[in-house]
Amino acid sequence: MALLEVEDLVVQYYTDDGVVRAVDGLSYEIRAGETVGLVGESGAGKSAASRAVLRLLDGTGEIVGGEIRFRGRDIRELSADDLQAIRGNEIAMVFQDAGAALNPVYTVGEQIAETIRVHEDASDGEARNRTIALLDRVGIPNPAARYADYPHEFSGGMQQRAVIAMALSCDPAVLICDEPTTGLDVTVQAGILELLAELAAKSETAIQLVTHDLGVVAELCDRVLVQYAGEIVERAPVDELYYDPKHPYTVGLLAATPRLDDDRERLPTIPRPAPDLVDPPTGCRFHPRCPYAEDCCASRRPSLVDPVSGRPVDGDPETHVAACLEYTGDLEAGLDYEVQIRDDADSNCRERKQQGEPR
Amino acid sequence: MSLGRYVGRRLAVTVPVLFGVTALTFSFVHLLPGDAVDAIVGFRAVSPATEAATRAEYHLDQPVWDQYLLWLRDAITLEFGESPVTGRDVSATIGRRLPATLALGGAAWLLALAIGIPAGIVAAVRAGEPADEVGRLAALAGIATPNFWLGLILLFVFSVRLGWFRVLPPDAPLVSLATAKFLVLPTITLGTASAALVMRLLRSSMRRELDATYVTAARAKGLPERTVILKHVLRNAVLPVVTVAGLQLAFLVDGAVVVEGIFSWPGMGRLLVQSVLQRDYPVIQAIVLVIGIAIVLANLLVDIVYAILDPRIRY
Repeated sequence: MALLEVEDLVVQYYTDDGVVRAVDGLSYEIRAGETVGLVGESGAGKSAASRAVLRLLDGTGEIVGGEIRFRGRDIRELSADDLQAIRGNEIAMVFQDAGAALNPVYTVGEQIAETIRVHEDASDGEARNRTIALLDRVGIPNPAARYADYPHEFSGGMQQRAVIAMALSCDPAVLICDEPTTGLDVTVQAGILELLAELAAKSETAIQLVTHDLGVVAELCDRVLVQYAGEIVERAPVDELYYDPKHPYTVGLLAATPRLDDDRERLPTIPRPAPDLVDPPTGCRFHPRCPYAEDCCASRRPSLVDPVSGRPVDGDPETHVAACLEYTGDLEAGLDYEVQIRDDADSNCRERKQQGEPR
Repeated sequence: MSLGRYVGRRLAVTVPVLFGVTALTFSFVHLLPGDAVDAIVGFRAVSPATEAATRAEYHLDQPVWDQYLLWLRDAITLEFGESPVTGRDVSATIGRRLPATLALGGAAWLLALAIGIPAGIVAAVRAGEPADEVGRLAALAGIATPNFWLGLILLFVFSVRLGWFRVLPPDAPLVSLATAKFLVLPTITLGTASAALVMRLLRSSMRRELDATYVTAARAKGLPERTVILKHVLRNAVLPVVTVAGLQLAFLVDGAVVVEGIFSWPGMGRLLVQSVLQRDYPVIQAIVLVIGIAIVLANLLVDIVYAILDPRIRY
């Protein structure tokens, strides 16, 4: 049994335009200690899927189907007290906008210490000392003095470190990071990524990393889930995804990722906007934007299969699977793209280049 | 900046404002049409000798800025002279009336907060549910009911018909059970509209804060919903309420004119009405000054409470 198992999760938002199925039949699992990336464009339902895990959907969001099992218990069935005992304690969350996630009228130290006080039988002094140690651990200089600072006295990067410290305060089994580096400038991003990488490597904490940035995923994750229009379209160990992407959407995402030595005038983009989730496309949801789409793609919905055998997804989360009709032998012309892998010995860093070449 | 320095700076700013208040209060008599002497003698025909004597007594024969400085010197020592109408000492008169007004205004203000804040929280948390709808209707009724009408109805029902309360204030000290009991109806009359205002303001302010990311973050930490609302949301949401509550405090001091009339309460409101009717200028001047100072002090208090609640304001 995996630590966190999400099965057939369906999340809906009720808007003036209609019912939006932000998450539609999502299934994945996270095992203890591993780091799993959830990638996709804005609006793919990544944040909704992540917030649903702690039943923290905003606005009109509602979980309408599926199961979210943490250590075998369905989070949807938990009482308010049981849920509070898990939130921040066993499953913690790092928010995208750290500045907004901190309450402006309480000190940073107090906001971390209160998490410790609520979950553990710690005195004010103990909670304070542990908070200072946490601030030190996430790389905040002079932590004892910064304890009494208010959020507005922290820089953006320091705020994000403080939010990470808050999430780590009770040694959670699962850490959900929702776009943790978006909105930070590049050097600050690098610092936060380093901190997360250290966490991923050293601690027992499993990390679910939600991002649109494939570069971040490459640095941190063991496995990757690619989400498109509320569904998972590809799942693979991280190296396999970069060296051998199987879904045309993944290929498009990789091609659109900028590289340091880019000599391309323009990055290739995936044509047309992301689909309207009030009225999603029939068949394969990616077909209106897919360069390899054929007639059958508009009518038949692909399921996640092993690209080699074409057999449906088995129990092993390490298996590389993709949801494309190609792998069930339904496409006549097949997928036509090549993956270029560049080894750059001088910088001792592997550059990966993938390009989808539409016919 | 520390809170102490912020308060010090804010206090320093208050001093010139208070001078402004005194200057305006002083000059309004001079801005009125007609001669101040006519006003002082009550618009009666008097002999030139009496007129000159009056002019000299009130220093009206001197330049206006000298008059202001003289008046200011007296005002600082709370010396407003005698009322030309009643012959009584103005300071003593106000000194007798002010505690009564503060007692009624303070009670009404506390009632407004004691009802408005919890009701606002409940309405915001239960938005769209029956409790919120009931609150909305009650607040609408509270704001829309003129206080003179409410006062008369309460007086008629509870004092005249049911006999639960006295119709006239008891002949008892201000701090006594009998007076406290008598003050129930005037307090409700004066506090209802403020309570409704505070409630609606807090409700909308909390609704706005409830959507903030820090609220989701507080829930994600596993804090009980009670802590999320009362610790995290309320402290942010209460800021606009502080502004209004501070001004309400000042308005309750002078806004009691009508309510004091209905309940025959011997406060400054009734004194003001009497003085205006009798053209008792020194008394009016002193009352206007007291109200002006009350508003300045209320604003000062608001700014200090603001800075205590929200550390960003200290900068």
